[in-house]
Amino acid sequence: MHKLLLLGDEAIAQAALDAGLSGMYAYPGTPSTEIMEYIQASPQAAEGGVRREWSSNEKTAMESALGMSYAGRRAMVAMKHVGLNVAADAFINSAVTGVNGGLVVVSADDPSMHSSQNEQDSRFYGRFAMVPVMEPRNQQEAYDMIFDAFALSEKYRLPVLFRITTRLAHSRSAVTLREKIAQNGVSLPSNPRQFVLLPAIARKQYRALTSVYEKLRTDEVIDGFNSLRAGNGRGTGVITCGIAYNYLMENIIDSQADYHVLSVGAYPVNREKVAALVERCDRVLVLEEGYPIIEEQLRGLLDRDVTVLGRLDGTVPRDGELNPSIVARALGLKAGQGREVPSLVRQRPPSFCKGCGHADLYQALSEVMAEIGPGRVFSDIGCYTLGALPPYNMVNSCVDMGASVTMAAGAADAGLFPAVAVIGDSTFTHSGMTGLLDAVIKNSPITLIISDNSTTGMTGGQKSQATDRLESICLGLGVDPDHLKVIVPLKKNHEENKAVISTELNYHGISVILARRECIQTASRNKKAEAAEKNKSRE
Amino acid sequence: MKCDIILAGVGGQGILSIAATIGLAAVEQNLFLKQAEVHGMSQRGGDVQSHLRLSDREIFSDLIPHGGADLIISVEPMEALRYLPWLSDSGWLVTNSVPFVNISDYPEVGEVVAELGRAGNTIVLDADSIARDLGSARSGNMVILGAASSFISMPFKALEDAVRKMFGRKGEEMVEVNLKALRAGRDAAAAR
Repeated sequence: MHKLLLLGDEAIAQAALDAGLSGMYAYPGTPSTEIMEYIQASPQAAEGGVRREWSSNEKTAMESALGMSYAGRRAMVAMKHVGLNVAADAFINSAVTGVNGGLVVVSADDPSMHSSQNEQDSRFYGRFAMVPVMEPRNQQEAYDMIFDAFALSEKYRLPVLFRITTRLAHSRSAVTLREKIAQNGVSLPSNPRQFVLLPAIARKQYRALTSVYEKLRTDEVIDGFNSLRAGNGRGTGVITCGIAYNYLMENIIDSQADYHVLSVGAYPVNREKVAALVERCDRVLVLEEGYPIIEEQLRGLLDRDVTVLGRLDGTVPRDGELNPSIVARALGLKAGQGREVPSLVRQRPPSFCKGCGHADLYQALSEVMAEIGPGRVFSDIGCYTLGALPPYNMVNSCVDMGASVTMAAGAADAGLFPAVAVIGDSTFTHSGMTGLLDAVIKNSPITLIISDNSTTGMTGGQKSQATDRLESICLGLGVDPDHLKVIVPLKKNHEENKAVISTELNYHGISVILARRECIQTASRNKKAEAAEKNKSRE
Repeated sequence: MKCDIILAGVGGQGILSIAATIGLAAVEQNLFLKQAEVHGMSQRGGDVQSHLRLSDREIFSDLIPHGGADLIISVEPMEALRYLPWLSDSGWLVTNSVPFVNISDYPEVGEVVAELGRAGNTIVLDADSIARDLGSARSGNMVILGAASSFISMPFKALEDAVRKMFGRKGEEMVEVNLKALRAGRDAAAAR
C-alpha cells in the first residue's frame, strides 16, 4: 500500500479524507493547524468536494461540523486545547444531541506550553461530555484510529474526541495508507427530535447518554486500543496513556519482561483490565502526557487501596510534557546525561520579524503611553503579544481570545482612563466583536487598536475572516465614524500615527484605530508565488 | 543501527530543509524515521530544534533521550551549544560558525567558538562563506549537511539523491547549486 512521511496532524487529515470526510472545520491554533492546512492543499479533498474553509472560531467550527453530521455526512473539527474551551458549549451539548453522520473532534493539547497559555488536558472534556476519547500513540495509529473514530461515532451516535499532544502533532513518520471509503450521502436523522434539546427531550437523551457511557468501557474497539501485557512475577505495573507508551518503551525495550504494562489508547477504560494489572503487582506507575487523570481515578478519594506512583506523589513532575529521561527516572533507571549547557548560552525568545508592522505600531504606542503612564494596555493572543517582551514591555494582559477588548472595557468601567486594547484582525473576528458591541452599548471609554496584518500570523499565515471587513464590522457595531481611524504602521508615518493614537486616547468614548499593514511573511510569500506564476505563464 | 540527530538553529533559518533532506534519504534507504519539529511561537526568531531519529528497527520515542544524540547539526554556533545535554559522549557536533544575532546580550563570538572547541568532537565551519563562494548564499544549510554527512549512517549518494528530489521542483539549476553546496561541505569537513 501507499506510504507517506507525515506529521501526526497530517496523518489525521489524510485518514479523515480516506475515511469519507465531507467537511473539515477549524480555527488555526498550534499544534493543530496543519490538519486543516493539509486538507486545504489536498487534491484528493478538492476532487471529493470536501468543504474546508477556516471558521471564525472554534465554536462556529464545532457547530458547522455538527450541522454537517446532522445532514448525515462525516465531519471533522480541529482545534488546539484552549480552542475546545471556546467550542465547549456546542461540544458538551453535542454529546446530548448525539450525531447522525460520524463526527470527530480533534483537540491538540500543548503540555509544557510551547505555544499556549495553559496545558489543560482535553481528556477531561471527554469525561465531562461522556463521549469516547481516542489518544493515538504514533502517526500510524493516528491514521488508523481515525477510521475507528468515525465508525464508533456512527455506531453510538456520539461525537468522538480525538486527543493528541504537541509531540505527536508535530512529529513526522512513515504512514501506510488504507483503502478509501466513499463519503456518506445526505440523510436526515431518523429521530426528528434528536437535536431539539428542550428540557423534556434533553432529560431523556441525557439519561440515555449516561448509560451508553458505561457501555463504552467494554466496547470491543475502545477496549482493543487498551492492551495489557503481563510481565514476570510481581514486577512493577505501569499504565501509560497515549504517547507516554513510547517513552516507556524507549527505556525498557530490552527488559520488558520485568514490567506489567497497560497501554491506554482509548477511553473510558475497561475496569476489569485495570484490575487485572493491579492484581499482578505491588505498585503501579502511571505515565500520562498531561493531567493525572487516570492516576487520580486509580487513587480514588481515599487513595489507600493501591500504591500508585505518578504526578501526584512527585515520581513524575506535576506539570510539563514527558520525555524519555523523565520516564527513566520515574522507573528508577539511570537517565542519560549529556553535558551541561555552557553558561554563555543566552535565552533567545521569539521576537517580531524584521520589518513587522506590529513593531512599528508598538513603537508609536509606547512613545504615546510613556507620557500617560504604565499598566493600561490590554492585549490578546497573537504575534502582537510579543509586545510584552523587551524592548516594548507594553502589554499588560494576554488571557484568552478577545479578552483585550472586554478587559479594557471592564477596567474603563472601573475608572481607568485611558484604557487601550490591542488585538489582531483574526482574533477580533474570532472573539473581539461581541466585546466591542458591549463596549459600544455601555459607552465604555476605550481605545481599541486592531493591528490588522490581514492574516492569522502566529500560526503561519492562514486566511483571516476580517480581511476587507473591519470598517464595516466596526461601523455596524455602532462605532462613531469620526472615531474610526486607519493608520499605516510604517516608520515614515511615525509622528502622524503617534498623533492619531494620542488624540483618540484622549477621547472619552469608543475609538477604534485600524493599524493596517500586511504581515511581511505572507507579503513575501505572496510576492514569490506571484513571481513563480509569472514565470510559469512565460514558459 | 541507530542515528539520533539534533538539528538546531533560529526560527526562520530553515533547519527543516536539512531535516526534510535526511528524511527523504532515510525513506529511500528503508530506515525507520521519526522527526519531531517545532512549529508555532518559536518560529518567530526564537531558538528552534528538531529531533531526527533513524534506525533499522522500530523507533518509539519522538524525542531523543538526554545524552543519546549521535550528532548535533546546527546552523548557528550558540544554538549548537544549547543542545549539549542531548549529545552522547562519543557524539559529534557540526555547526556553522556564523552567529545569528537577534538578541542584545549575544555573547562574544570568540567565546562561543572557544566553548565549541571545548565541546569535544566538533566541526565548526563558515558555511555562509563557502556557500557564497559557490555563488549561492542561500545554500549554507546544504553545506552544513554535507559537513555532517559522514556521521549520518547512510551513503553520501543517498543524500545527493534526496537533494535532487527536494529541489527538483525548483529546476535543474537549484538542484546543481545545492548538490555543489552539499559536496563542498563534505570536502571542507574532510579537510579538517
